[in-house]
Amino acid sequence: MEKNIKKELENRILVLDGAMGTMLQQYKFTEEDFRGERFKDFGHPLQGNNDLLSITQPKAIAEIHAKYFEAGADIVETNTFSGTTIAMADYHLEDIVYELNLESATIAKKVADEFTAKQPEKPRFVAGAMGPTNRTASMSPDVNDPGFRAITFNELRIAYKQQVEGLIDGGVDVLLVETIFDTLNAKAALFAIEEVKEERNIDIPVMVSGTITDASGRTLSGQTAEAFLISISHVPLLSVGFNCALGADQLMPYVKRLSEKSPFYISAYPNAGLPNHFGEYDQTAEEMQALVRNYLEENVVNIIGGCCGTTPDHIKLLSEIAKEYQPRKVLVENY
Amino acid sequence: MKNNTNNQQQIAKDYQRVPLVLSGLEPLVIDENSNFINVGERTNVTGSRRFLRLIKEENFDEALEVARAQVEGGAQIIDINMDEGMLDGKKAMVTFLNLIAAEPDIARVPIMVDSSKWEIIEAGLQVVQGKGIVNSISLKEGEAQFIHHAKLVKRYGAAVIVMAFDEVGQADNYERRIEICKRSYDILVNKVKFSPQDIIFDPNIFPVATGMEEHRQNAVDFFRATKWIRENLPHAHISGGVSNVSFSFRGNNTVREAMNAAFLYHGIQHGMTMGIVNPEMLEIYDEIDKELLEYVEDVLLDKRDDATERLLDYAETVKGNTKETEKQKQEWRNGSLQDRITHSLVKGVLEFVEEDAEEARQAVDKPIEVIEGHLMNGMNVVGDLFGSGKMFLPQVVKSARVMKKAVAYLLPFIEADKDENSRSAGKVLMATVKGDVHDIGKNIVSVVLGCNNYEIIDLGVMVPPEKIIQTAIDQQVDIIGLSGLITPSLDEMVYLAKELEKLNLSIPVMIGGATTSRAHTAVKIAPEYSKTVVHVNDASRAVNVAGSLLNPKLKEEYGISLRNEYDKLREGFLNRSREKNFLTIKQARANKLQLDWEEFTPQTPNFIGVKQVAVNLDELRKYIDWTPFFRSWELHGKYPAILKDEVVGKEAAKLFAEATEMLNRIIDEKWLTAKGILGIFPANQVNDDDIQLYDENGKELNKFLTLRQQSEKNKRASNIALADFIAPKEHGKQDYIGAFCVTTGFGVDEISNRYVKDLDDYNSIMIKALADRLAEAFAEYLHERVRKEIWGYDAAEQLTNEELIKESYKGIRPAPGYPACPDHLEKKVIWEILNVEEEIGVKLTDSLAMWPASSVSGYYFANPKSKYFGLGKIKEDQVADYAKRRGISVEEATKWLNPNIAD
Repeated sequence: MEKNIKKELENRILVLDGAMGTMLQQYKFTEEDFRGERFKDFGHPLQGNNDLLSITQPKAIAEIHAKYFEAGADIVETNTFSGTTIAMADYHLEDIVYELNLESATIAKKVADEFTAKQPEKPRFVAGAMGPTNRTASMSPDVNDPGFRAITFNELRIAYKQQVEGLIDGGVDVLLVETIFDTLNAKAALFAIEEVKEERNIDIPVMVSGTITDASGRTLSGQTAEAFLISISHVPLLSVGFNCALGADQLMPYVKRLSEKSPFYISAYPNAGLPNHFGEYDQTAEEMQALVRNYLEENVVNIIGGCCGTTPDHIKLLSEIAKEYQPRKVLVENY
Repeated sequence: MKNNTNNQQQIAKDYQRVPLVLSGLEPLVIDENSNFINVGERTNVTGSRRFLRLIKEENFDEALEVARAQVEGGAQIIDINMDEGMLDGKKAMVTFLNLIAAEPDIARVPIMVDSSKWEIIEAGLQVVQGKGIVNSISLKEGEAQFIHHAKLVKRYGAAVIVMAFDEVGQADNYERRIEICKRSYDILVNKVKFSPQDIIFDPNIFPVATGMEEHRQNAVDFFRATKWIRENLPHAHISGGVSNVSFSFRGNNTVREAMNAAFLYHGIQHGMTMGIVNPEMLEIYDEIDKELLEYVEDVLLDKRDDATERLLDYAETVKGNTKETEKQKQEWRNGSLQDRITHSLVKGVLEFVEEDAEEARQAVDKPIEVIEGHLMNGMNVVGDLFGSGKMFLPQVVKSARVMKKAVAYLLPFIEADKDENSRSAGKVLMATVKGDVHDIGKNIVSVVLGCNNYEIIDLGVMVPPEKIIQTAIDQQVDIIGLSGLITPSLDEMVYLAKELEKLNLSIPVMIGGATTSRAHTAVKIAPEYSKTVVHVNDASRAVNVAGSLLNPKLKEEYGISLRNEYDKLREGFLNRSREKNFLTIKQARANKLQLDWEEFTPQTPNFIGVKQVAVNLDELRKYIDWTPFFRSWELHGKYPAILKDEVVGKEAAKLFAEATEMLNRIIDEKWLTAKGILGIFPANQVNDDDIQLYDENGKELNKFLTLRQQSEKNKRASNIALADFIAPKEHGKQDYIGAFCVTTGFGVDEISNRYVKDLDDYNSIMIKALADRLAEAFAEYLHERVRKEIWGYDAAEQLTNEELIKESYKGIRPAPGYPACPDHLEKKVIWEILNVEEEIGVKLTDSLAMWPASSVSGYYFANPKSKYFGLGKIKEDQVADYAKRRGISVEEATKWLNPNIAD
């Protein structure tokens, strides 16, 4: 039986998984663990390179995916948030980017297939996560030289293309361009995806998720929610939404704004509240559930999940209430 | 002009048009209801000699001002064109668009990337984050090329202008126009799958009144083609370079402006939706001199054979009569010096800042005062706006640049003025710590400090601690600045502090970055380093902090005061901290607060029992604590000093005046009534943590259950519970406890709703804020009466309102739900023993909130040793014990006490 995420979205609200980083912290991996056997003698520190764990600690990654599926997630994200040559340059690991994406996708797909086999009426999907990289194409890192750019569109496009190829070869069901601080970066990612689609003559659904950084209600690169939506709507997307930076309550107005305008499905995966004074997220699963219920009551989402600080407990409670509601219906006449 | 645009509806009755949507930082939606869209043309080197000169000279500051003036002047899209033989067009396009991206008040509008060279267009598309417009593509070089370009435009996410041009040449009559447009449209929609609403045709605006016979129909053909396209090519739009039409009248602005306006008017009537015009050089159609208008329209619409001659004759009479529109000074330039400087900083305007800095310099004794005064005042406004979400980062970065420019101007004067020690204010090492790559905040702080004469050694991002320390030692820096945005960076900072301590260094450390906080600095970093550590929450504060850290007269005292401040903060946090050691509840009880019950005999109250109390609202006025009132409006500062505060004083005084006015009405017109009830009961502490109440005959009534601090204390400090302030039963002394509930909330919702209905949110909030204050004032008032008279344990008390606010009185009135007794369930006990709901009508909601909201309830403790404290975190063993005492399940207890339960 062919599983089809579009068909699922017509009938129900899908649940995306929660934070990978938060879960990995519990393993308290040391530098040695990060290196594993393969990078034992690597010349640079590797601790903190979570994506690398798909190669050096694949069991942990599979375990986390399984926990989220167990909690009721329909979609898990691959452990590839920083899986581009640009982000990996910090660790001098540009060379393994393709492999990293391939491995991460393979791990996630295997777990997803196991769950789908167990429960065919609830097929599970894998979203290939494509993070923003640590450079911005439309902002200068140097205040004295506002015209300077640390990265170009073409560099991003090439890096993303490599990531996309790894993810698709590893078997992801959708691509998820996420945590978009700078829309130009996202446009480069979308450009790369369109290129790969054309070259391979395939179609693969694409999800896009931006990040509203603060109370200004804008992305870091200064766009409002509507401007962001307009800027990425040239590609036929599966869904558009927001994630990260804010808790469910702060994020809601912006998700609503997208929901009013978007011809695509709407996704939202907020943080577990705002970080406390120690940078920790302490919104409980119950608190988040209550806040997310408002999204469902107002019928503004099709895909709901969690970002920083969320755990399988959070996802479990979100998936419980997601069942109770009808998915948002997609508009056709707008942009 | 603006009122004449509903023509589009008339033309497009047959189908529902899909809007054309574009974006810069903000959206631009062009639909049936839109007025004509102005595209700014001044940033086009082919059309503006001045702009060309500025680009050639690489005078980008002024070139940006050209763009800004257009947007401020009403351009909704700006056209950028760098096609000039002597320019590297691609480089100029990229540079200028990158610079625009850093100017939020320009970048808010969509960009039109204008070039006849595809490589320039593509380079432009690669640096625009919004959805812009390509100007233009056409069939000029054949269908294959056209398709190729269109496909890329689509993939970059832009709309496109299609010129009426094909392999044969440019369309110069009606038939050719519609033929080429139709062909282009069909290819785009059917082959490229281009969204039809993203197609904008430019059917060629050519000059009229050239004297040549074949040009007579130029405008008319354009109008007719426009109408045809709108009727036959669904969703497509029409644009054009308007000023072309009046090309023959170069040098005669009166005629040109009239002709442009008249052309536009008729173009819009025929369905033109946007155009490249200079909005500053356009007459209003209705204000065109009637005679001139007649001549112009004769030409445009080709009404008479001698139309051109008649217009030319007329033009002679108005030549040189140029209007002064350009010279209109911007209004803000008339403000005070400080206002102008603040405006430049807030808006990021570079143009006048040197001029203003000079004026400020003339006005002060030492040039450095301009930086510390005028400029920092302006930056403080920027900081406040940023903090409240009214500015966003790109704007702040821009402000920093204006600041830098002003400082650069002032520096030579400061140098010239220097006494021996003003050369460099000090050396500051700046670094984003290991594992973190975020540096925007760090860069801003560097700039601001640099502006203030500090020498900055910027080590960049992901800097290992060893490098930071080595550099600090080698370069003999005066301050180390550490920045980080992500959570793990916090640990790096702690680690660095430990290392500095190990090496016995004494360099002060500044901590900043989004995840850092004063609390984290106080709790985690400061204890690791015996020298000064200070958290700097925003860039504008960095200067003052650095100044205080290095000022030889101040630094010692400043270091001590910081340490005290952080010690205190830490103490407060540790009470709540999770990573503490906890005692078992048994151990905690063993360490309870032991008051000397042998020596102390509780005073018998003048009144025992329950009674209602009423008060005239006017009486409460003097008990109002205004400081929280201002806080509820996000104005921070102590009353009454806040009224004179430099930053918020004006706002605060205005708010206060309006609050007083409403308060007068509340009192005079009896909008609200104050109702209260209190009870005083014989009581004793039982089983360590409970307070047993009795009636006058000694019969047992309800119990108050209190919670006990469980975190491990320093030597001598006790693990307190409220019960400790009541004499234990076993001591045989009769003690007492009181409880109360007061409200001024009845009627508030009705009044507030009335304001909401009138769309007066301000006053609807005001009434609530005032009612809250009155309820608090009532509680304060009643507590005083209890102390002096009703209970009468401190009859001699003489306190001013400030002393009351500072809680200088004897005894306490803690409230359930607050730090000393976070247990909301206790409210139920109070409601029961005082019969609150029946007596005064205040209810408890399911979540145990009081309704109406402007209500206060609590206990009275009379013991002079009683004090307010925070319970902090408690452990499961106490929760289980409490559940048993309360007679509820552990789960339910956990639910109510959750925020206070340690992990």
